[in-house]
Amino acid sequence: MKLSRRTLLGTAAAATLPATARAQAASIKIGVLTDLSGPYQDLAGTLAVASAQMAVDEFAAKGFKVEVISADHQNKPDVGASIARQWCDQGGVDLITEVANSGVSLAVAGVAKEKNKAYLPCGPATSDLTGTACTPNTIHWVYDTYMLARSTGGAMAKAGGDTWFFITADYAFGHALTRDTTGFIEAAGGKVLGGVKTPFPGTTDFSSYLVQAQASGAKVIGLANAGSDTVNCIKQAKEFGIKQKLGGLLVFLTDVHALGLDICQGLLLTESFYWDLNDGTRKFSERLKARAPSKRPTMVQAGTYSAVLHYLKTVNAMGAAEAKKDGVVTINHMKAMPTEDDCFGKGTIRTDGRKLHPSYLFEVKKPSESKYAWDYYKLIATTPADQAFRPLAEGNCPFIKA
Amino acid sequence: MFGFSRPQATAFAVMLAAIIVAPFVLYPVFLMKVLCFALFACAFNLLIGYVGLLSFGHAAYFGMGGYAAGYAAKAWGWSPELAILFGTLAGGLLGTVFGWIAIRRQGIYFAMITLALGQMAYFFCLQAPFTGGEDGIQQIPRGNLFGVFSMQSDMAMYALVAVIFLFGFLLVHRIVHSPFGQILKAIRENEPRATSLGYRTDSYKLVAFIISCALAGLAGGTKSLVFGIATLTDVHNAMSGEVVLMTLLGGLGTIFGPVMGALISTSMENYLAQAGAWVTVIQGVIFVTCVIAFRKGVLGVLAEKLKITL
Repeated sequence: MKLSRRTLLGTAAAATLPATARAQAASIKIGVLTDLSGPYQDLAGTLAVASAQMAVDEFAAKGFKVEVISADHQNKPDVGASIARQWCDQGGVDLITEVANSGVSLAVAGVAKEKNKAYLPCGPATSDLTGTACTPNTIHWVYDTYMLARSTGGAMAKAGGDTWFFITADYAFGHALTRDTTGFIEAAGGKVLGGVKTPFPGTTDFSSYLVQAQASGAKVIGLANAGSDTVNCIKQAKEFGIKQKLGGLLVFLTDVHALGLDICQGLLLTESFYWDLNDGTRKFSERLKARAPSKRPTMVQAGTYSAVLHYLKTVNAMGAAEAKKDGVVTINHMKAMPTEDDCFGKGTIRTDGRKLHPSYLFEVKKPSESKYAWDYYKLIATTPADQAFRPLAEGNCPFIKA
Repeated sequence: MFGFSRPQATAFAVMLAAIIVAPFVLYPVFLMKVLCFALFACAFNLLIGYVGLLSFGHAAYFGMGGYAAGYAAKAWGWSPELAILFGTLAGGLLGTVFGWIAIRRQGIYFAMITLALGQMAYFFCLQAPFTGGEDGIQQIPRGNLFGVFSMQSDMAMYALVAVIFLFGFLLVHRIVHSPFGQILKAIRENEPRATSLGYRTDSYKLVAFIISCALAGLAGGTKSLVFGIATLTDVHNAMSGEVVLMTLLGGLGTIFGPVMGALISTSMENYLAQAGAWVTVIQGVIFVTCVIAFRKGVLGVLAEKLKITL
């Protein structure tokens, strides 16, 4: 075939046509900003990205395309904020989700508000996201420090663990956890016998604090710390043969898995999702197995699935083009729609952006009680959705008052 | 002008052109980050490159500048130029105190004292109520320059950052090529000799230290306004290490080296973020390669090859 100028132009035009048509059909872009290389990579990380992708695949959206991208925030708020900014400015991202790390999540909340995008944090613990730092662009999905304190402190005190001693990491997060938990213990008729503050970061030897806790005679030793501090406390308590119950205020399934049941047995902790909780959660985990055969999801990873699924349902209902235009309108639609999925069952979203569902107090099983892989928890108490989280009026969310 | 040699004048012209053209090609927020770190590295280079003082706690002044500027802009509602000036002052003031203690010792002892003081500043920032602990100061407003020009758009902010960077860069260059700078270099080469010539070397070192800290505070304050956030990352000793790497990578004791080093280091952090867990591995390989292949830094080697000073 001879290539004349006209045929060339014709082919070129034909080639560009479907491309422009494709660009016109609105496509939704979801950014999973998570920790891929640091301390939270197990509880969030790649499996959180896979969960988001699974929500997209299962939803099989009609009329609009969905793309999932991910990046590592390196646990630095400025890195996270600049990635989020770049995603909004250049990447055409419509939804930012996950963001395990409270500092990073607060920074990204500011960016999402400024750029008017939807923001669904799943991994961060800070209750400020629906408190003083709340924005109309945010829905805080999975859990927060208030929920942890209320369930581990309040439910535990009611279940008989009514005297406590705290080992507190000496910074704002540790102080807040101790203060909140103390409030719930006392409200439930319990008593705090004492506490000790440990330097943060950098404490690796907790022996003297643990002995002090042992000597206090309290029934429960509350661990108001996180990450490697909690892990070290649990390990060393085992080494010292401490018989009191340990109350972990921020412990995840993956931490228990890493430490093993022998060391963790009897530990009390709170989560809003456990893979072996009911038929729904088991079905979800079974499906996720196809993507990560050797792992089970944490509440953060399940939350990422749940959040993305609800977002896609909303986008489908209101139209992709509409959803792309305005983050606040999309979030308001999401709040108006009741949520339902395999992980958390039926739920609602409050006006201040707090997703409401029950929280569960678990005890880690003895090695002899564990029947199969990842069979780690037994349920001690359930706090219903309407009591699990901080009441709307106490949050001081600025845009609710206005 | 400013005592530039011919090759330096050419390099400066290239850099100036790049600063003007770049925001139309690349992402302005990224470029602002590069410029802030470039200024920080220039400030650090003034000490290590020209006075021979290795400060291992420079993040303290950078971070404190950021906190001061951020707090002034957010809590007191100061306009950006005043907030940044306040950040500069905070860096300089902290530098005066720390420098006064540290310059009494030399070599490794000096480095260790600055490291210890830097860590003290870090723990202070972790506990002090105004810094917001591990969450940092969030949502710092960019405000209106002189109370008039809105800095909301990235381009307007970029212009301000570019001007601040050029001011800092030319100031460092001017200092290095002034009689004062000659004495600093003399101290670097042979301190007892400088003393025997009648110079009070401690005073000279202290002044250089304070200037360097104030410029670090300037860079930190600017950065906190650009990103609207001031956090512990900026006061952490990893940041002190990073600025050492930037300066080494670009070329110690060259005026353009730190700028180049900041560009390389920030680009890596930015463009490799997608690579997930591999980021640290890739960074490590690149640093090792640079240290083996370019002993004197990228620009140091280039200058040597071309037999010029940059």
